[in-house]
Amino acid sequence: MSLEKNYSKEIKQILAKYPSENKRSAVMPLLHLAQREEGYVNKAAMQEIAKMLDITETEVASIIGFYTLYHDKKAGKYRMQVCTDLPCALRGADEFMQKLCGNLGIKVGETTEDGLVTLEEVTCLAACDRAPMFQTQGPDGIKYHENMNVDKTMELIQTLKHARGEVK
Amino acid sequence: MAHVLLRHRDIPDLHKFDVYKKNGGFSAFKNAVTKMKPNEVTDVVKNSGLRGRGGAGFPTGMKWSFIDNKNWPHYVVANADESEPGTFKDREIMESNPLQFLEGLAIASYAVGATAAYVYLRGEFWEVAAILDEKIAEMEKAGYLGDNLFGTDYSLKIFTHLGAGAYICGEETALLESLEGKRGQPRVRPPFPPSYGLYGKPTIINNVETFTNVPMILANGADWYKKMGTADSAGVKIFSLSGRVRRPGNYELPFGTTFRELIYGEKYGAGVQDSRTVKAIMPAGASSSLIVVNGDDKVLDTPMDYATVRTLGADLGSASVIVLDDTVDINWVINKTVHFFRHESCGKCTTCREGTHWMRNITDRIHGGSGTQGDVDLLLNVAKQMQGKCLCALGEFSTMAVTTGIERFPQDFTKAVKK
Amino acid sequence: MSKQVSVTIDGITVSVPDGITVADAAKMAGIDIPVFCHHPKLEPVGMCRMCLVEVGRPMLDRATGQVVLENGQPKIQFMPKLETACTNRVSEGMVVMTISDKAKAGQKGTVELLLTSHPLDCPVCDKGGECPLQNLTMAHGPGKSRFNYDEKMHLEKMIPLGELMWLDRERCIQCARCIRFQDEVAGEAVLGFDERGRSTQIISISDPGFDSVFSGNTSDICPVGALTTADFRFGARPWELKAEASICTQCPVGCNTTINTRREAKAGGDVVVKRIMPRQNEEVNEIWLCDKGRFGYHYTESKKRLTRPMIRKDDKLARASWDAATKLAAEKFSADKKNFVVLASGRLANEDLFNLKSLADHAGGTALLYSDMGGGELTQLVGVGAGTNIGNMGKGDAILVVASDLYEEAPIWWLRVKQAADRGATLIVANPRETKLDRFAKYAIRYSYGDEVKTINDLSKKSKISDEFAKARNAIVLFGSEGLSVNSSTAVASACASLLQETGHVGRANNGLIGVWQRANDQGAFEIGFQPEEDLEKALKGKSVYIVGADPVGDSPALAKALNSAKFVAVQEILETATTEIADVVFPAQAYTEREGTYVSGERRVQRFHAAVPATGDGKPDFAITSMVAKQMGIILEGSAASVVFDILSHSIDAFTELNYAKLAEFHGQWPIVGRGDLYYGGTTYENTQGLGVQLTPTAQTEGTVRIPKVRKEAVLRPREKDLLAVPVNKLYDLGVMIASTELLEQRIGQATFTLHSTTAKKLGVEAGQKLALSFDGGGGEAIVKIDDTISTGVVLVPRGMGLAIREPVVAHVQTRSAAGKVK
Ligand SMILES: Cc1cc2nc3c(=O)[nH]c(=O)nc-3n(C[C@H](O)[C@H](O)[C@H](O)COP(=O)(O)O)c2cc1C
Ligand code: SF4
Ligand code: FES
Repeated sequence: MSLEKNYSKEIKQILAKYPSENKRSAVMPLLHLAQREEGYVNKAAMQEIAKMLDITETEVASIIGFYTLYHDKKAGKYRMQVCTDLPCALRGADEFMQKLCGNLGIKVGETTEDGLVTLEEVTCLAACDRAPMFQTQGPDGIKYHENMNVDKTMELIQTLKHARGEVK
Repeated sequence: MAHVLLRHRDIPDLHKFDVYKKNGGFSAFKNAVTKMKPNEVTDVVKNSGLRGRGGAGFPTGMKWSFIDNKNWPHYVVANADESEPGTFKDREIMESNPLQFLEGLAIASYAVGATAAYVYLRGEFWEVAAILDEKIAEMEKAGYLGDNLFGTDYSLKIFTHLGAGAYICGEETALLESLEGKRGQPRVRPPFPPSYGLYGKPTIINNVETFTNVPMILANGADWYKKMGTADSAGVKIFSLSGRVRRPGNYELPFGTTFRELIYGEKYGAGVQDSRTVKAIMPAGASSSLIVVNGDDKVLDTPMDYATVRTLGADLGSASVIVLDDTVDINWVINKTVHFFRHESCGKCTTCREGTHWMRNITDRIHGGSGTQGDVDLLLNVAKQMQGKCLCALGEFSTMAVTTGIERFPQDFTKAVKK
Repeated sequence: MSKQVSVTIDGITVSVPDGITVADAAKMAGIDIPVFCHHPKLEPVGMCRMCLVEVGRPMLDRATGQVVLENGQPKIQFMPKLETACTNRVSEGMVVMTISDKAKAGQKGTVELLLTSHPLDCPVCDKGGECPLQNLTMAHGPGKSRFNYDEKMHLEKMIPLGELMWLDRERCIQCARCIRFQDEVAGEAVLGFDERGRSTQIISISDPGFDSVFSGNTSDICPVGALTTADFRFGARPWELKAEASICTQCPVGCNTTINTRREAKAGGDVVVKRIMPRQNEEVNEIWLCDKGRFGYHYTESKKRLTRPMIRKDDKLARASWDAATKLAAEKFSADKKNFVVLASGRLANEDLFNLKSLADHAGGTALLYSDMGGGELTQLVGVGAGTNIGNMGKGDAILVVASDLYEEAPIWWLRVKQAADRGATLIVANPRETKLDRFAKYAIRYSYGDEVKTINDLSKKSKISDEFAKARNAIVLFGSEGLSVNSSTAVASACASLLQETGHVGRANNGLIGVWQRANDQGAFEIGFQPEEDLEKALKGKSVYIVGADPVGDSPALAKALNSAKFVAVQEILETATTEIADVVFPAQAYTEREGTYVSGERRVQRFHAAVPATGDGKPDFAITSMVAKQMGIILEGSAASVVFDILSHSIDAFTELNYAKLAEFHGQWPIVGRGDLYYGGTTYENTQGLGVQLTPTAQTEGTVRIPKVRKEAVLRPREKDLLAVPVNKLYDLGVMIASTELLEQRIGQATFTLHSTTAKKLGVEAGQKLALSFDGGGGEAIVKIDDTISTGVVLVPRGMGLAIREPVVAHVQTRSAAGKVK
């Protein structure tokens, strides 16, 4: 896949945000773009971004490594990222997470058999008053799901499953 | 009282361009650009007593006046990284009253002569960024952003920029590095952003809530604003209330409101869950020192402003009030906060990188039941040793709950360790 | 001169330049503040938190702005917290305490935290003995760890970052010196951090791994044993090593080096070279060295070293005595003095070249320099002025680089020119294709091969670039031999010299002309009177030739043919080469590691090198062998000691007047201070106590305006409809004898390439990676196709020194192309 080919319009818009002598600034939006389809940044995209911004591949990799929303490995189609930080935990996030693991039959960090959902634990998402909550990181970006319980979550997973047909 | 910041709670559909405009929107910006000199705008903000809402409480007008006028171009950056555990106010503003925030950002840009401003949003605020992008486009279309605004020679563009999951990017110099396309690690200061900021150019960085105050201050005058709040802390503040309360949420109140009012007031927290008592308060999220309450009325009746909260041995910070009731074990609390900081330490400086790592190891041991009193002492000692030696405030933050937790709630630790 | 301020550090009041860091000021005052992340050649980052000190400043009265006095002394207000000495800058009246209880406690705390994650494997660590963390642990470290050893992070220990450098993740203390060096100094950010917090780790993603010719330097400045070179890893312990001063022989920069040696059982009890380290010379290489210089020394210990004199008998070379061998040569040379030719290369020392030239002169023969590049007489006239230091050039200055790919030809100049550009100097790069330097250039001028002289002459006409060059406070021109022959490079030199003189950029420090020569001492050869020959074939045919330090037979079939029809060939060499194979007499010479002597760098700095290891076999220094040959011819030349030869040389060559070995050995303290195993850690680069050398003064500096010889313009070759124009380019890692014996560098040498524009490739029906065979006058062969769209169509770039025998631009014919031979 070539970013330049598939997303030329988006890339142009992104680059237009920053002074041309500081185009390196575009690395973060471009990485968000690059992992849109597969949920992670593959090597070819890394190379392409490095070239586009006149930085090295190592520099791109170093940025992917620093930020938790960038991934360099494939996972489930959706990453379900449950906040278990202090304020959410005070409102039952840990128990929610435990039950969810039970229902899905996976541990934190694992992916459901159908490859749909990878369950992850994250730090505060600025939704402390609506715990338990999680965000999904998937092909359509990041979405918040607040005031959740296990039933509602399982329903959501069903919708995700049907939304784009069966997962490969 | 009508809201100053959460005005959408009083005015339905305030996020809509027309509604916002009908309710006085953009008049302050237009007035500033067409009728005021930039430094006059700064003076009004200075006189209002507005202090930064990002945590440090630095006087906003004074910060703007530090901009280096010998070096151009200038930039203004809105800190919308909002990642402190317990903080969720900027998100509500941007979701529900985005135009007031953007207008504030535009006024600030005019005041310091910036022709480009960036909103740095935490990466998770994907949907918030979409809202802002839409609003920015509307403003451009209506002639409130773009070239030669209102027929003057002032031009301004606003851009959003999404982070990607890093608490440290809330620290202003780490934010700038991140915005420059680098790893979000703090810079050595001085130089400070008003002389050396984005791309090495003079830059003003303020919190979203800080900017959101500005249109109202310009519209109603500095004195109007100063009349609210206390002598030390002028105006209103959004308190993000979370933890063991019945009604968690954002509440906009004047500075000087008491903890009791916020936690127990019917329109606000409406009391502690299950009618338990308040054991401790963390007024500034996970970075807080723990205020001992244990049901003490005197503490609960303390007015919340920057100076007074300090007398309780804590900082008000971003006013993310986390309420801990008497069922909560402080040993568990610090295990949570230390995990957070171990995860978020950027790794640039030794003290924080190694310190948070070892604090996590030790609290895990204590919390897991295999710790000894020696471990508790070691933990306290490591935390103290870190204090004052880190490159940025994150390292310091990571120790606050630890030292005050162990010192102020020793019984929670003696209980946890092996005899 | 910058403003000085007075500061008091640990009770000692010193005067230091305003605005330098407290850590540097302390060092100048002889006080070592321990540092890890801070390095005086890098931007301060304040990240390791090792250098914590107490900092106080005179208190100022708010109202009057005057210093508040207390008992007649300025009242000092101390900062509430400990401060990092590496990021705080000195100001007048500052008071610093580096050994107060508070400061010590802070420093101790940092060491403890660093050690909690460090493996403490000093007994098996290469850095043991020159490691500041080890030293600090001895000085401050807690006796016993309070942390649980089982909880220590265990990380990978042997990770190759490419084939030259290794990483030990456990030892890394995340100071980022290596990353910052690659980014800030080398401009090649191929190292980075992955992840964050305690999970932070060094990574490098490039092809080839750690893709930078400066990689070895990271191991010098790494304050622990995290980065080691594949060459020295597990090689020896630093304290077992002996150190001898030397000069790198790989290119004309003349980097100062130290040869570390050790007596080794493995080598039969002989003293052998263990590693080559940079030696500080702030005016030449600062504290750096390129990888070619660092790793490419192995040819001196090659199995192919010649050990005995040999004479051809029954068409075979057989051992002979020195006497017999020199006598034979002397007889042959004397027999036909008019046809006596000395062909010597700039690999030799001045002493060698001087004796050779004297021999040729006395015997009535000719002395030729084995080089494809001319113009040395112009650098003598308008070479850079005495006192030149590219490290001092910056804003307001200009540097023009013509017909040279500095990264490949003189890496340390590349680095220093790039840094001058970083400091604001106007960099103009004029080359027919894009090179790595273009990224840092303000102006990149692209011309067609053949248009070099015109391009330079155009810089005398009015334009934005020429204006900026003319108005520059100082200006230097570096010219090379890309796409040029002996004559055309001389023409380029002449054009550059005229430009410099017309714009007033001669006869002063940081102004003038520098030749990017092909060998380390080409400049010295020019000084001594050697000249290269355009038509070398003709010059050798039917002659009696004395070849010293050159392998023409190996380099070119045409020259081989010429030498086969020579009357007599004597070869003086250190290694068996294709040329020694056809020789009538062979003399074994000593390598530069085995003897002393001097070289003249491209910046015309005369520098000494010393013997570090004993001679191989019966080998002798070149100058001594020449003196033996001369003696047999009845000519008396000094042959006993290099220093004496040098004295004679300095009496007979004006530029060297008053120079002698003692003068060349003079040195003075340099900043930054490195190599003393200090806690203020500058790195393992050796301190220079053996001499900084002396820069020769160009004629323009002594005599004012000089007459610049005009060079006759040759007919320029152009690509033709049917045939290609083959153009020579220079390559850092080639198949020359100087590095081909270093196994470590084999991958970097790679295969020979033919570089084409994509249109040309398409026309020829070849693609990148395929093989193509070309033939041209004097050479040709098979090579891998490479595409570069910055060159003109119809041109093929052919690397020198890769077995394709190209000396100058020639017309090339396509032989075959193979689609099958797609090579990775
Ligand atoms: C570790 C750390 C995290 C921070 N996070 C935020 C944040 O999420 N949002 C914010 O506005 N300020 C944050 N700050 C404060 C900023 O550095 C800065 O002081 C603020 O943006 C200035 O704006 P103000 O003057 O309007 O408060 C953080 C500071 C530190 C040290
Ligand atoms: S204190 Fe922590 S977050 Fe701040 S620079 Fe140091 S490692 Fe990074
Ligand atoms: S912080 Fe000063 S040397 Fe590292």
